Amino acid sequence: MAHESTYKPSTGFERWLDARLPIPRLMYDQFGVFPMPRNVNYLWTFGAILMFLLATQIATGIVLAMHYQPTVDGAFNSIEKIMRDVNWGWLLRYAHAVGASMFFFAAFVHMFRGLYYGSYKAPREILWMLGVLILVLMIATAFMGYSLVWGQMSFWAVTVITNLFTSLDTLIPGLGTMLVEWIWGGFAVGEPTLNRLFALHYLFPFLIAGVVILHVWALHIPGSNNPTGVDIKTKSDTLPFHPYFTIKDGFAVLLFCILFGAFLFYAPNYLGHSDNYIPADPLVTPAHIVPEWYFLPFYAILRVIPDKLMGVLALFGAIVVLFLVPWLDTSRIRSVSYRPIFKWFFWLFVICCIALGYFGSQAPEGWKLLWGRICTIYYFAFFLIIMPVVGLIEKPRRLPGSITESVLGKPSASAVGGAA
Amino acid sequence: MANSDSSTDPISHDDDPSRRDVMMVAAGAFAAIGGAAILWPLLDQMNPDASTLSLATIEVDLAPVETGQAITVMWRGKPIFIRNRTAEEVEAAKEVKLDELPDKLARNANLADTAPATDENRGAADKEAWLVMIGICTHLGCIPQGQAVGSDKGEYGGWYCPCHGSAYDTAGRIRKGPAPENMYIPPYAFISDTKIKIG
Amino acid sequence: MRSTSKLFAALAVFAMALPATVHAAGDAPEIEAQEWSWAPPFGQFDKGQLQRGYKVYKYVCANCHSMNLLSYRNLGEPGGPGFSEAAVKALAAQAQIQDGPDDTGQMFMRPGIPADRFKAPFANKEAARAANGGAYPPDLSVMAKARPHGPDYLYALLTGYEEAPDDMTMSRGMHYNAAFPGHQIAMANPLIEGVVEYTDGTASTPDNYAKDVTAFMMWAAEPKLEERYRVGARIMLFLIAFAIVMYLTKKAVWAPVHKRDHSEETKT
Repeated sequence: MAHESTYKPSTGFERWLDARLPIPRLMYDQFGVFPMPRNVNYLWTFGAILMFLLATQIATGIVLAMHYQPTVDGAFNSIEKIMRDVNWGWLLRYAHAVGASMFFFAAFVHMFRGLYYGSYKAPREILWMLGVLILVLMIATAFMGYSLVWGQMSFWAVTVITNLFTSLDTLIPGLGTMLVEWIWGGFAVGEPTLNRLFALHYLFPFLIAGVVILHVWALHIPGSNNPTGVDIKTKSDTLPFHPYFTIKDGFAVLLFCILFGAFLFYAPNYLGHSDNYIPADPLVTPAHIVPEWYFLPFYAILRVIPDKLMGVLALFGAIVVLFLVPWLDTSRIRSVSYRPIFKWFFWLFVICCIALGYFGSQAPEGWKLLWGRICTIYYFAFFLIIMPVVGLIEKPRRLPGSITESVLGKPSASAVGGAA
Repeated sequence: MANSDSSTDPISHDDDPSRRDVMMVAAGAFAAIGGAAILWPLLDQMNPDASTLSLATIEVDLAPVETGQAITVMWRGKPIFIRNRTAEEVEAAKEVKLDELPDKLARNANLADTAPATDENRGAADKEAWLVMIGICTHLGCIPQGQAVGSDKGEYGGWYCPCHGSAYDTAGRIRKGPAPENMYIPPYAFISDTKIKIG
Repeated sequence: MRSTSKLFAALAVFAMALPATVHAAGDAPEIEAQEWSWAPPFGQFDKGQLQRGYKVYKYVCANCHSMNLLSYRNLGEPGGPGFSEAAVKALAAQAQIQDGPDDTGQMFMRPGIPADRFKAPFANKEAARAANGGAYPPDLSVMAKARPHGPDYLYALLTGYEEAPDDMTMSRGMHYNAAFPGHQIAMANPLIEGVVEYTDGTASTPDNYAKDVTAFMMWAAEPKLEERYRVGARIMLFLIAFAIVMYLTKKAVWAPVHKRDHSEETKT
């Protein structure tokens, strides 16, 4: 890949294997001696945290599937049976449910980190786009997984979200309805729908795992970005991945596990909604239907737009725009730390996303609707106007000459901390 | 663990290598314990759950089963053969000498493992007409014939397994064919004259 | 580093604040938080309270409300009311359970066994609705998790029956309740003083009934709560110890790097 392999097989078996399937060489080159910028901070550990979470979700998901029944009458009760009768069932089920929230939390941190330090800029455009693709797959997987509980929120979430497609009827009459009936396998959300959601929910995590491999591959071509955004120039700018970053990542994963455990053992239902403990009832819609917290910003964008089709387009647009970020940002440099003007817009964007989450949880009325609209406009303006324009007019602060220079604390680089 | 050799690691570790190595071993030990602890719930979840275990004991009313008749009940997902044997069947089973049996052990969960396969050790205690056993051929798990009226009881008048031709006698002992052992007798007891508790 | 911690703080707020606002949504009446014996991280159920709560459920609630996810055996399992095996058998046997078909194809009734589910008061939803003036008495198995504020709400509801304010017109057959969203509830005040006789010395008051039956419903919804806390404490302890070891390992591994940097810094 990016550098010469220095792997030397030491035993006869390793030499034999190296000539046939050189996995030890791959691991040694990519995760043993792989050169990491020595100044990356703890935000760079979220990749490892996400790997850990993906493995946890797949492992708990596979064993839950051994007990789950994807039928209208059996789904809710089979989950309660897992919670009550299956050995360690409560642990596996709560770990899977809380794990989904943790996964999104970590993914959002990972993405904001990428945005702040310009990790999407050349030559990392494909790396970034693969990451956005993973987000899309995660959204689909989490949505389908939530539906499997077959509580009131599950059922009505599926109903509302699949009905988004009926907005296509305004383009070609009948198209949306046809599509929705195809998705449902009937004239309403029912058992065929639940069954296919289960089949796809089992499949998608493996698609995610596949794209993750591509994501890591694309990462290991240019190597990791760093808080200065300055490229690696000499060997003294780097440290080998093992042991420096395996240990650091391991420590970060453990800290994250403590957060995870706090929710899992002491507030497993805090991040969920109580209505989902009411079995699905196709005749009664809950008074306030809200998605899980990680979808709220997107849900807010959908609701503040008065037109059905435009709302759906904005919802999808909010994600599609992320794919274009590498080309929307016209700045010469990567890290926002050295961009005095864009920095303000960036933090405003973070606040805007949090605010959208809040508005997504509230009834869209009065000042909340107005501010929801303002935030939605800012969300798109940030990418489509501010990113290209500010990049052209802004005069960045002076960058450190190298990563090593920034670590050694020359005055010019004092704003950026070194590696932990 | 591929330890970084000095040629690739730019930092010299001459200062205090022992402390670093001790910490690495300690961290590795914690990781191993944690990994094993994570594995256990993932495996244990496949064991029978609480609702399955709560049905591990059943009670069966034998009053309607007349002499010469047999019934089959389900216990832990397995068929239990219960036969109210005729005097001739009991007599035939008693006449068999232990040396003639391929499997000389009683295979009775209510007795010691070493109990010999006499008819006394196969039939119910003090109620020799009753034979209660798990109706599964000890060869490869098929269900032998011989329970229903008119079905093939095999050449020893007991049961006959159609899968690979094992024949059992009237005490459920293997007499001919590939099955290695007598049919198993589950733990059970009479809780009244006409009622048994299995499991 | 400053900007890093800012980002962390912002995202932590993002994760924590949102669900709280979700719960706050809506205009349900204010629910007062109670002190419960099972509060995390080390709380436990009070066995006596669960046994009394079961009694209230059995003699009052179970006339209309099912608890379909519970079995009699649960009453004797660890972390629950702790009835003895004999007591569980006796409680189960008091119920007549439909079984069958028998050899003639007929369904028949038999005394319950511990493996049976709690006997439901009505055969199906429609029968339950018909017997209750069109209002379906919901299943109580996971009720303590199925309403915002959980047990606090259930307690507030059960003690929330009052005279309707003068300016409020009540629909026919409805009862005023301070805690119920909309204040009009089909269920009449179920917990009248003396409706259940406690034999363990606890005063037979409606307030005690409400507390006890709420505790019982909480256990019914989370029968593994005590196990969760117990396992959780061990795992958290392990994680913290592991994290400390990992932190010290990280420091030991990085020490030479920082030492070298320091010496170069002082050189310039």
